[in-house]
Amino acid sequence: MYETQYHRAASVEEAARLMGEAEDGKFLAGGMTLIPTMKQRLASPSDLIDLRRIEALKGVTVDGRTVRIGAVTTHYDVSTNEELAKICPAITNLAGHIGDPQVRNMGTIGGSIANNDPAADYPSALLALDATIITSQRSLPASDFFIGLFETALQPDEIVVAVEFVAPDKAAYKKFPNPASLYAMAGVFVAKSGDNIRVAVTGAGEGGVFRLKDAEAALAGNFSPSALDSLAVDPDVLLSDMHASADYRANLVKVMAKRAVAEISNRPM
Amino acid sequence: MAKVELFVNGRAVTGEAEDRTLLVHFLRENLGLTGTHVGCDTSQCGACVVHVDGRAVKSCTMLAAQASGSTITTIEGLSPNGELHPLQVAFRENHALQCGFCTPGMIMTSVDMIRRHPNGLDEATVRDQLEGNICRCTGYHNIVKAVLDASDKMGKGAVKAA
Ligand code: FES
Ligand code: FES
Repeated sequence: MYETQYHRAASVEEAARLMGEAEDGKFLAGGMTLIPTMKQRLASPSDLIDLRRIEALKGVTVDGRTVRIGAVTTHYDVSTNEELAKICPAITNLAGHIGDPQVRNMGTIGGSIANNDPAADYPSALLALDATIITSQRSLPASDFFIGLFETALQPDEIVVAVEFVAPDKAAYKKFPNPASLYAMAGVFVAKSGDNIRVAVTGAGEGGVFRLKDAEAALAGNFSPSALDSLAVDPDVLLSDMHASADYRANLVKVMAKRAVAEISNRPM
Repeated sequence: MAKVELFVNGRAVTGEAEDRTLLVHFLRENLGLTGTHVGCDTSQCGACVVHVDGRAVKSCTMLAAQASGSTITTIEGLSPNGELHPLQVAFRENHALQCGFCTPGMIMTSVDMIRRHPNGLDEATVRDQLEGNICRCTGYHNIVKAVLDASDKMGKGAVKAA
C-alpha cells in the first residue's frame, strides 16, 4: 500500500472540511472495497477520511412503513434488524447475503452505494424501492444518484448521510453470485406496491444498475412468473467478461426476475 | 505516524504505526501476536480473522489506525489460562486441521458464528458462514464437523448454565 494519511472525522461537517483540505482524499467507511484496492496499489489516496465512527450516520429507524438507514450501518446490522425484517424482508435478506460474514461485519450501505460497483447488491434495491439518498448537501432519488460504472452524482466533498424509502407491499431480491467473488453476475430486485411495479437489475448492466422497464410493463397486467416468459433482455446493454457473456447474463436476468416474481406472487415458475 | 490504542485480549496496549499499517501487521509485528496469520493479499482467505468489538473481521482489511479505540480478541485470547477453548478442543478432536495455517481464522470466525446462532447450527449454515475462510488442506469436511460439534457442546453448556 502506498503511504496515506488517516483522519477520523467526528462529524459530517468535519469530514467535509478534511476532504476540502486533502490533496487527493477519499472517504473511508467499512473499507471493504477501498482497503483491498489500496493493498493492490490500484488506489493511492493522499488522505483517508474515516466516517465509520460518526454517530449521526449510524443505525436503522423504522417509522410506520418509512425506513431510514444511516450510511455507516453495516450489512450485518441491516440483515439482523427485526423491525425492518417485518416490513421489508427483501432488504434484510439482501444485506445478509452480501459477500461473506466478515465483509458484512464491516461493509456499509453508504460505502456500497457511493462506490456503485456494477455488481453490488444495494443499488438494485434502492432503485427498485425508489429510495431517496440523503447526502450532506441535498436529497436525490436513486434514479438520479446512480450514474454509471462506479459513478454517482456525488460531488468530491459530498457525503452520503442516509437512505430513505417507504417499504413496498412486497419485494424480493434474487441473485446469481459468482461462486468465487460472490458478486452478483445478475441480481434482480422486484418491488410491488399496489399497481406500481419496479424491477432493477445489478451485476449485468454495462452502465451499472438499471431498471428493466419491459419486465415492469409485462408484470403490470399479470403479476406472475409466466408473464416474463416472452421477455427479451437485450444483451447489447449487458456486461460481457471472463465470468459470463452478455447472452448468458441476459438469460440470468430473466431467470432471476422470474424467481423474484415467483417468490412474491407465491406462484411456481 | 498514527497513535494506536487498543484493548487486546484483555490488555490495554498503545503503539505507533504508519497510517497505512494494517491491523494484522500491528498485531503480529508490534505486539508479537503471531497466531493471527496472513494467507493472501486479496482479502479472501480469512487466515487473519480477529474479533473487533466482538465481531469477526479480516484484520488484513482494516488499518490499525481505523481500529484504534477498539477491543480486539485474537486466537491467543481464546485460551488465556492455557486451557483450550471448546472450539479449539473440537478442532483437535475432529481432526479439523492439517497444516494449521487457516486454523486461527477458522476458529475466530466460528466463535463469532456460534455466538450469532445461539439456537444451534446445521451443516448448510456452517458451510455458508465459512464462505470467507479458505483452507487448502482439509477439504472442509472435518472443519464443518468440528464447528457443529462445538456448537452442540457450547449450546448445551449454555442451556445448563441458564
Ligand atoms: S490474510 Fe486476510 S483475508 Fe487473507
Ligand atoms: S489446515 Fe492447512 S490450510 Fe487449512
